[in-house]
Amino acid sequence: MEELVEKKVVDAGLDETIKKLTPQRIKEVVNRVLTRENAARLQVYLDTCVHCGLCAEACHTYLSRDNDPRFSPVGKVKETLWELVKRKGNVEPEFIRNMARIAFTECGVCRRCSMYCPFGIDIAYLLLVVRRICSLLGVVPQYLQDTTNSHAATSNQMWVNQDEWIDTLQWQEEEAQFELPSARIPLEKEGADVMYSVIAPEPKILAQLLANMAIIFKVAGEDWTMPATDGWDNSNMAMYSGDFEIMGRVEKLHWETAARLKVKKIVMGECGHAFRGAVYDGPRWLGWQFPPIPMVHAIEYYYDILSTGKIKIKEKYKEPITVQDPCNTVRGRGLGDKLRYIMNTICEDFRDMEPRFEHNYCCMAGGGTINCGPPWKRSRMVSNKVKAEQLKETGAHVVCTPCHNCHSGIEDIIGHYNLGLHVKFISELLIETMEIPEELKV
Amino acid sequence: MIDIENWDWEPGKKDIADLDKIRGQFGRVDEFTVSPDGEKFAAAGKLEDDTFTASVNGENWPDPVELLWYLRYIPDGRLIGLGRIDDQWTLLEDGKPWEERFEYLWNPKISANGKSIAAMYKRDNKYGIILNGKPWEQGFQAMRHYDISPDGEHTAATIQTEALKEADIFGFFEGVWSIAVDGKPWATKFVNTWSPAFNHDGKSVAAEARTDICDYTVAIDSVTWSGVYGCVWKPIFRPGTNSVVAPVREEGKWILAEDGKRIWENRFNQLWRVRFSPDGKRVAAIASPVFGRWTIAVDDKVWDVTFGDMVQEPVFSPDGGKVAALVKNDGKWSVAVDGLPWGEWFEMVWNPVFSPNGENVLAKAERDGKYLIVANGKLPAKSYDMLWDPVFSPDGQRILLRYVEDGKYHRQVVPAHEVFA
Ligand code: SF4
Ligand code: SF4
Repeated sequence: MEELVEKKVVDAGLDETIKKLTPQRIKEVVNRVLTRENAARLQVYLDTCVHCGLCAEACHTYLSRDNDPRFSPVGKVKETLWELVKRKGNVEPEFIRNMARIAFTECGVCRRCSMYCPFGIDIAYLLLVVRRICSLLGVVPQYLQDTTNSHAATSNQMWVNQDEWIDTLQWQEEEAQFELPSARIPLEKEGADVMYSVIAPEPKILAQLLANMAIIFKVAGEDWTMPATDGWDNSNMAMYSGDFEIMGRVEKLHWETAARLKVKKIVMGECGHAFRGAVYDGPRWLGWQFPPIPMVHAIEYYYDILSTGKIKIKEKYKEPITVQDPCNTVRGRGLGDKLRYIMNTICEDFRDMEPRFEHNYCCMAGGGTINCGPPWKRSRMVSNKVKAEQLKETGAHVVCTPCHNCHSGIEDIIGHYNLGLHVKFISELLIETMEIPEELKV
Repeated sequence: MIDIENWDWEPGKKDIADLDKIRGQFGRVDEFTVSPDGEKFAAAGKLEDDTFTASVNGENWPDPVELLWYLRYIPDGRLIGLGRIDDQWTLLEDGKPWEERFEYLWNPKISANGKSIAAMYKRDNKYGIILNGKPWEQGFQAMRHYDISPDGEHTAATIQTEALKEADIFGFFEGVWSIAVDGKPWATKFVNTWSPAFNHDGKSVAAEARTDICDYTVAIDSVTWSGVYGCVWKPIFRPGTNSVVAPVREEGKWILAEDGKRIWENRFNQLWRVRFSPDGKRVAAIASPVFGRWTIAVDDKVWDVTFGDMVQEPVFSPDGGKVAALVKNDGKWSVAVDGLPWGEWFEMVWNPVFSPNGENVLAKAERDGKYLIVANGKLPAKSYDMLWDPVFSPDGQRILLRYVEDGKYHRQVVPAHEVFA
């Protein structure tokens, strides 16, 4: 059945690009990636796997598709990397297309499966190696490639022009001042304590989130700034399309911008993949073991201002609400307890998910999957069946998603499965519930 | 620096402005800025009718604007800002707006000789550069980075040459990015171009160029190096010549190349931010010799000491004899000179400032929320609430301090021997 779904998908990024592939080019790129870029780690993983299939139960695409073994983590590796290795890169263009479909649209590189593998094999990494090969061959879903092109040309993921960026911040500063006259969005303030960085959908389609932060930072008494140059976007879809050179370029500019502004740390908005790119994959590709300037995720930041009383809650949020543990900040960084603290502090009727914390199901939007765009939405929704059931079982009316990809992905799931839930960021809950001291209202 | 000899270099302290007084005049006061000679202290402020003006030593610019930001002193002492008038943007110099108005105007830059001001603009849905009040004749679809020539006569920018339909990945890889110099595009288009940089006489421009998914090179005046690399970073011209130097990535390692040929033996895990000594004879860059460690490489020799967090761009002394850089380890910043880090570490340090003879180094630093001038690594007795970079007199005998203490902005000239005592 799923094969039928897949067959209907037309994507010029795969269909047209494979037409230009030659056997020689394929072999060249496969050998480059397998022997020069990844040799040691890759070989250890491939040699270690005993094909036991224990990872299968971990994967939401496998569970959502009636336990079809092709969708198990090991099944995805078998159909891609193993075959490439076995055939020493002697594969036909159609094989590359299938490989791209599997690696980009049927795996969210969420790393849930590594927890279930007795050897801890990082299957997401293996599928990222597949994506790297596809990227070098130019075979990437069209919308994901376009997002990477945007990163390359503009240093942000949504083709936001520089004037639009600054203009939006100035507009949102005015919006924030309607609520709190003393609120500001200080631009280019060298020596501020904090640089706040966001992902491009904020200025492009969710600009009110910027005004929200101006209010939250004001009440928390933060000394903060935002750059009026490129380098403000912390997102990185190039990391997921397999274009590591562009990934590195984007991250380099982000850190150089923070260093130029002489801030002591970066606080970033509610996004999971951006955290992974900025804290792990980006710095490492560039040569840093750790981020050169501390990077604080919104979950950590909100935990900090709530637990230290910098922000107080006037009246708790009443609607039954659940929370999505984003893969990259909860499984990847262990921020699940802090997230629970925030939810319980802000909300009266918090209902947790099952499974939860690092065992939570991926929303299948992160990992670049949602960025593969409309052609793949239906397939993504099929892969989300268990996620939809999990959301429904909470009995909540609202789901809090401290990640932009989770936010958009779960909105899609709610629509597709008619769940009737609403989706909110933590910052939106804070704005609704926090106390604003009288002296700031003048 | 312009006219620095004629500044008041007599030792002594002047009280220039009272911060509370300035704050009392406005509903909101933005970040303070001080003139290079320290005589003026300014900030953008919001008036009761919600318009903005600049307060300079307590006196307001006479004509308020709808919005004023990016207020900065430039090297010759002019105060510039970006202002919105009748819903259109322009640049203001000492309170006087340029005649041209734009849908948007941003990112002003000053030429190395301090004489010219450029900025990026958007008008009629096209992007261009305005130089000293005169916009480019031709605008472009999009624009990202730009440079202004050292003599202030020319500007060059990365431009998108034509519009693409939404998600047109094929059009993108055919190449729609190039460089325009003074509004005239290069003949060659690339998948991407970044970081244009002028040579000394403003007649040539170099830039990073991407020619395919993972093919990178350097382009000079629209002609690329013959070599193709796995990645490149910003190229720069060797001072006084038309030779171009850039870090390039080969076989997973970074090397330094000049005019397409490797010039250093060392291969690095990372290499960027190349800088030349003023005479162009010495070259230095930030380098990572092994994963996770950072240092400076000068003329192919790597400092013995490495740092875990970050190293900032190398700064040559005026005679080119020494190199200093900001370094960060275990979350704290310091300065290293010729591979020797200062003993003191700080929450933040600003770029090191060499004395004219290159023998001494000063840097503004932050510790426990106060700011201090660190001299050759030694802590001073005094710290301040706000502080700007120190300036040496041309003979190196005096030092200009610009700071806020007890709510007042002061300018103070002190003999250098007192600071380095
Ligand atoms: S990384 Fe996530 S989506 Fe990919 S195979 Fe593993 S569990 Fe499935
Ligand atoms: S659980 Fe581990 S060893 Fe078993 S099939 Fe999956 S990846 Fe291989």
